[in-house]
Amino acid sequence: MAKILIPTPLRPYTDKQDAVDAAGATVGELLADLTRKHEGLKAHLYNDQGKLRSFVNVYVNDEDIRYLQKEQTPVAASDTVSIIPSVAGGAPTTTEQEVRAVPLHPDRELPALTNDEVKRYSRHLIMPEVGVEGQRKLKASKVLCIGAGGLGSPVAMYLAAAGVGTIGLVDFDVVDFSNLQRQILHSTPDVGRPKLASAKDKLTALNPEIEIRTHEVALSSENALELFAPYDVIVDGTDNFPTRYLVNDACVLLGKPNAYGSIFRFEGQASVFATKDGPCYRCLYPEPPPPGLVPSCAEGGVLGVLPGMIGMVQATETIKLIMGIGEPLIGRFLIYDALKMKFRELKLRKDPDCPVCGTHPTVTKLIDYDQFCGIAPTAPEPIAVNNATEITAVELKQRLDRGDKLKIVDVREPNEYQINKIAGSVLIPLGDVPKRYNELDPEDEIVVQCKMGGRSAKAADFLRSVGFKKILNLKGGILDWIDKVDPTQPKY
Amino acid sequence: MNSRQLTVTGGVDEAIRAHGQATYPHECCGALLGRDNHVSDIVALPNTTEEGPRRRFLVRPSDYREAERRASELGAELLGFYHSHPDHPARPSQYDLDHAWPTFAYIIVAVSGSASARQSADGAAAAGDMTVWYLKDDRSSFEEGSLQHGENSHPDTAQAVHG
Repeated sequence: MAKILIPTPLRPYTDKQDAVDAAGATVGELLADLTRKHEGLKAHLYNDQGKLRSFVNVYVNDEDIRYLQKEQTPVAASDTVSIIPSVAGGAPTTTEQEVRAVPLHPDRELPALTNDEVKRYSRHLIMPEVGVEGQRKLKASKVLCIGAGGLGSPVAMYLAAAGVGTIGLVDFDVVDFSNLQRQILHSTPDVGRPKLASAKDKLTALNPEIEIRTHEVALSSENALELFAPYDVIVDGTDNFPTRYLVNDACVLLGKPNAYGSIFRFEGQASVFATKDGPCYRCLYPEPPPPGLVPSCAEGGVLGVLPGMIGMVQATETIKLIMGIGEPLIGRFLIYDALKMKFRELKLRKDPDCPVCGTHPTVTKLIDYDQFCGIAPTAPEPIAVNNATEITAVELKQRLDRGDKLKIVDVREPNEYQINKIAGSVLIPLGDVPKRYNELDPEDEIVVQCKMGGRSAKAADFLRSVGFKKILNLKGGILDWIDKVDPTQPKY
Repeated sequence: MNSRQLTVTGGVDEAIRAHGQATYPHECCGALLGRDNHVSDIVALPNTTEEGPRRRFLVRPSDYREAERRASELGAELLGFYHSHPDHPARPSQYDLDHAWPTFAYIIVAVSGSASARQSADGAAAAGDMTVWYLKDDRSSFEEGSLQHGENSHPDTAQAVHG
């Protein structure tokens, strides 16, 4: 039994009493007893899922139960339990102002469908929301996919199947074995081919009625506006921050919607940016993260099916934008967790102070995005200068063969170490280096090594900072070692 | 007329508008104190939202307690809260509804600013419509009340406890 103090707005439900005695040994039991006695309180204290509403605060004496044991917090007879409102509210956000779909080009003349096309798209045509008109809009539309990789694959395949009349692809990469786990545009025989050649074959086989335009270039501030100009929707399937900001800014400058998606490990994100009234990527992230903070998929890995899920959200949103149906993912940021199999949604609003889409933009043309993201341009290889901080795979092999005493420290994760390793190396994952460096002898000559050389460079910097003098970073990491020295080992 | 009536004195009306203009382009918020549906005092409260004060306001539990304390000092009751909608109509949002408490009166004042006001903190902003709303008992929606203007019983009504 304890006393519960009732706040003013709830007193009409407790016969005007400002304090009610309730029975129970925990906060949860007391509140259950309270709502049994005063039924009307229930709807205001608990949500539909039976959880305490977020703006209902419960204090035991002067402590918020969120910092105690929540509803399991024990209560003695001498304790006073108070229900204290958080009062919150606000003006409607973009999402609440009913985001309506707007057809992209209402005045555009729509091409007719051939008999073959009617047959091919019949499952679309029989839905009144699409119908012949919607299909003709798809046929008239032009969509540009940035990247023909993890996200670009499902996006391009579904857009091609759905009958988007013109699909452009920007990529300059070559198909690698490590792509096949997720990039379903490409097959095993395509390894070594340009991704665009492989993509064009796949998409044309899927739907010969549509046009596939390939742009085998690295997207840059110099070519982006010209590349984007003929297209209606841009689908961002990039895997790095400079290109992501470049795509966003170019879309805002040209007034073209950006069907955005990104993936990492088990989590994906999607939204539609840069529509007339909606927010853009910079409204969400005005500044890029410091370089190296967010690892790429090559470093952190990615679940193979994840880009399928996110790419299909991008393709769905693209098709909705073209047809002008449904509620677009504008002003909403979708977060998908594959392990929990959960979708969450954050509300986004257009930032009036956004440097590119705000009321007084400061970014009015494309900038140097590598510099913006803090990535220094790659310096030309130093010629004939022996960089005393690095060692190449071939040099390392020569010195080991010569019998030099070198300690090799692998700073990758244990699961990577299981895939391949340099014989004789010891494993100290990068994150453990600060607490385990005393296992190493500062007098030894030490070679640090990871997959490609990035993490080991950080480890080298750290070790030098704590007084190690003879630290060499293996250039190109174990991948270079395998290419140049030990091709018997698998690469990942 | 069936709608609930809330009377505010001239001083209260002015103080709410002034508070909304001062915090523009951010939302302002505060407590309404009085008796028998007659607001005689307000307590300006800090907007502690972490979701962006242009579109949200949040009154902390400690400030809520402060408002209750101030009410009992004045021999009054806590009648409800007010907040501003910068560049939006004086109508409750879904978010207001989701976070509303029963029986409280919710006054909303629309504040609109010129483009320059949005850029600088001291730009001119003008308070417009002022409305009052009550949560329906089943939490399904708000009911608009009727806002009356009464005599200014105390000349020095508005007090701010937080800057």
